[in-house]
Amino acid sequence: MSLFDKRLSEIHSALRKKELSVTDLVQASIASVKEHDEDIRSVLYVDEEGALAQAKALDERLATGGEELGLLYGLPAGLKDNIVTKGVRTTCASKFLSNYDPIYDATVTKKLKEADAVIVAKLNMDEFAMGGSNENSGFYPVKNPWNTEYVPGGSSGGSAAAMASRHFFFTLGSDTGGSIRQPAAFCGVVGLKPTYGRVSRFGLVAFASSLDQIGPITKNVEDAAYVLQAIAGHDEYDSTSASVEVPDYLSALTGEVKGLRIGVPKELIGEGIDPEVREAVLAALKQLESMGATWSEVSMPHTEYAVPAYYLLASSEASSNLARFDGVRYGVRAENAANLIELYKESRSQGFGPEVKRRIMLGTYALSSGYYDAYYKKAQQVRTLIIQDFTNVFADFDVILHPTTPTTAFKIGENIDDPVKMYLEDICTVPVNLAGLPAISVPCGFAQNGLPIGMQIVGKAFDESTVLRVAHAYEQAAGHHLRKPERVRG
Amino acid sequence: MSQFETVIGLEVHAELSTNSKIFCGCPTEFGAPPNTHTCPICLGHPGVLPVTNKQAVEFAMKAALALNCEISRETKFDRKNYFYPDLPKAYQISQFDQPIGKNGWIEIEVNGEKKRIGITRLHLEEDAGKLTHSDFGDTLVDFNRVGVPLVEIVSEPDIRSPEEAKAYLEKLKAILQYTGVSDVRMEQGSLRCDANVSIRPVGQKEFGTKTELKNMNSFRNVQAALEYEVERQKQVVLSGGTIVQETRRWDEANRKTVSMRSKEEAHDYRYFPDPDLVRMQISEEWIEAVRATIPELPDARQARYVNEYGLPQSDAAVITMSKETADFFDETVKTGADPKAAANWLMVELLGYLNANNLTLADVKITPHGLGEMIKLIENGTISSKIAKTVFKEMVETGKEPKQIVEEKGLVQISDEGALRQIVQDVVNANPQAVADYKAGNEKAVAFFVGQVMKQTRGKANPPMVNKLLLEVLQNA
Repeated sequence: MSLFDKRLSEIHSALRKKELSVTDLVQASIASVKEHDEDIRSVLYVDEEGALAQAKALDERLATGGEELGLLYGLPAGLKDNIVTKGVRTTCASKFLSNYDPIYDATVTKKLKEADAVIVAKLNMDEFAMGGSNENSGFYPVKNPWNTEYVPGGSSGGSAAAMASRHFFFTLGSDTGGSIRQPAAFCGVVGLKPTYGRVSRFGLVAFASSLDQIGPITKNVEDAAYVLQAIAGHDEYDSTSASVEVPDYLSALTGEVKGLRIGVPKELIGEGIDPEVREAVLAALKQLESMGATWSEVSMPHTEYAVPAYYLLASSEASSNLARFDGVRYGVRAENAANLIELYKESRSQGFGPEVKRRIMLGTYALSSGYYDAYYKKAQQVRTLIIQDFTNVFADFDVILHPTTPTTAFKIGENIDDPVKMYLEDICTVPVNLAGLPAISVPCGFAQNGLPIGMQIVGKAFDESTVLRVAHAYEQAAGHHLRKPERVRG
Repeated sequence: MSQFETVIGLEVHAELSTNSKIFCGCPTEFGAPPNTHTCPICLGHPGVLPVTNKQAVEFAMKAALALNCEISRETKFDRKNYFYPDLPKAYQISQFDQPIGKNGWIEIEVNGEKKRIGITRLHLEEDAGKLTHSDFGDTLVDFNRVGVPLVEIVSEPDIRSPEEAKAYLEKLKAILQYTGVSDVRMEQGSLRCDANVSIRPVGQKEFGTKTELKNMNSFRNVQAALEYEVERQKQVVLSGGTIVQETRRWDEANRKTVSMRSKEEAHDYRYFPDPDLVRMQISEEWIEAVRATIPELPDARQARYVNEYGLPQSDAAVITMSKETADFFDETVKTGADPKAAANWLMVELLGYLNANNLTLADVKITPHGLGEMIKLIENGTISSKIAKTVFKEMVETGKEPKQIVEEKGLVQISDEGALRQIVQDVVNANPQAVADYKAGNEKAVAFFVGQVMKQTRGKANPPMVNKLLLEVLQNA
């Protein structure tokens, strides 16, 4: 059993009893990456020196009986490489930023440090968080620890695969259209996308600013609650972060679902959903029913428009957000450019990968004079209708539950030449981002081929407590989260 | 060529004098070493987010209210996307369709005629950086100015001549200065102006094709560029050509406008709402709170000077053109000095001195209290107006109080009739030829005697008394 299978309370108890040190934890994390990540490639960069120095400082603090220990004291963490870390290389898995060392810390980075977590590594991802398979990493693709012929999902594929590999106690990902939940589902771990505005985006390299949100990927729901507790809250550096009080998420994990009303959108449980996935989710509903919850089918009629609306809005924002990568101030600059325009063109042509270019072009087109009303504005209107769909359902239900993905993980290379097919895989996750709601993916079974299946629980805005409570109650009763990939079981 | 009518609209950018930048905490001060007023946020590093400076919003509201604009109750920021090395994010945060202020106006006066110029909109945005080109062919960027708050003020095409354009700019500058929201220093780039100009046959309703003029860095250049451009357009039309819609640059060295880019080359800025900034709701209470901070504006002050102090309209206009001057005038009058005398000294002597030496009020040491005291010394006969000029010059240079100067230099006027009569008598006695000239009817001889008396008294003799005594003595000579 890996050290990182233990509960947080067990680890803290062992640390206090001096049966274990933070240095032990960090060394175990580094060793796990060194020895077991070669074929998975979930990690881009290990900050060995920095992590060990911090571990030493934390050990000394406990030894000298210094200040109170932080909530995540001593826990090794891996951060998706679009979360900036001062002085520690941050690339967004893009060649463009292959030489970029940030000059500041993201708010979540700061908060993790304040909570005494140890940031050990930066994790692989689809370049600039664009993709759902991690085949778009500018460096090398990530593979699924359950079967290396399959994708781990994306864009936080490194974060999910690293967690499934138990390289760290927890990882952080970012979710713009499903980028935490979908890889969590594909890798058999828990992924939480908080409400838009719950966690500061300051220092998250922006993909689509109105949709992006940072969240934890963990082995179980309890860990997700701990990490969310540490990173949530208003940030004066992010105007879109909400001044909503952060409740005690741990105390929400009661195991109780009696009287809970679950809505299941018929658009996301019927046609287009793989039968194995559907069966697993229906079985989960039965489980919840047996625990005192009720469920009924509901309709969210605008769901089919969510994917096109999402790709217009996200790409529009991305086309503007990624314009700053111009080779002038940081990142890689094309050599021998004859003039300014060539410097821009060459730097951007060489720096960005094909998927990023595709989305920049799509977004630039959608925002262009004469097309704005037909695309961007129309998509915003669709977004309003989708929010309305959720509002209607939440008038009668406490949570919405459905599969996280239409299928289990697909094979590497299977969808890479068909971007539209790849985009449609996001149907279960993008409506949640468009509405800015909190949602979690928890393991709910396994397909015949041994790959994990995830189900998604969506809550009302800022009601992460209910989402975590339901997910935790189900997880503890069903126990699917305990199963690990063969390679990690040893 | 009076068969054409000129149509001009102006776009003015004014930097707001907030302490910090509009979306980060960096200072806005002018003149710091390059790239020292920067942080990850204004440098547009990956992952940073803007947070709106409330003071910048209030300054924009204040300017909008002072320009008689309506304030938008709901407003937002948009991104204006374009690539340029002085723009680190490759977009400028600006306002597209919901400016903070709209539908305002200001009143100008040209050749004694008053006229209202409409203001289409006033919006808030961030400034870009500054490029310099080195001798070695490098282009260097200074990001200190990036993120300094700006208001862009767009006029209606109501302006009909380059003179009106200049009057509009002067009035606009004065209003912004009075409200205290901007330093309005064109030479430091805190005030910039672009112009749209077209001509049309008198009587035609439709506008002609316009050109946009850029790169005019003084009010005088704006007027010169407009005059040139209007003439150029007339020549084009009269010679059978058509005006091309384009952007033209004022070439100051050659004193002409030259084509920069055509309409086809114009940018598509792909404006869209900035998702990093939440929409702003502006309440009635907030508007009123900001309105309450607006001081007396130039028009109101001008009216007060005419009505309360009886100043001529033109004098009141000159004094109120700059807040500094008007404040100086008010403070001078407060010492009890006669307003008309104060106005004269201020306009003729003080502004004359400043213009001649290319200085501003802040550069000289004279105080309103000093000027007021000096005027009172003239009124009570302690010094003559002529001596006062010497005292004034000393005050400007040293800032000393007039009484002290008068005492130190022994400049008190000689009004002792007995003493003066003796001096006059001596002068007359010493110049028999001049007496003969006077007797022969040569009036110029009187001026000669006055000059001699002044020379003897080093200018301190009371002039009316000298005149009176001279006539008496000469009668008896």
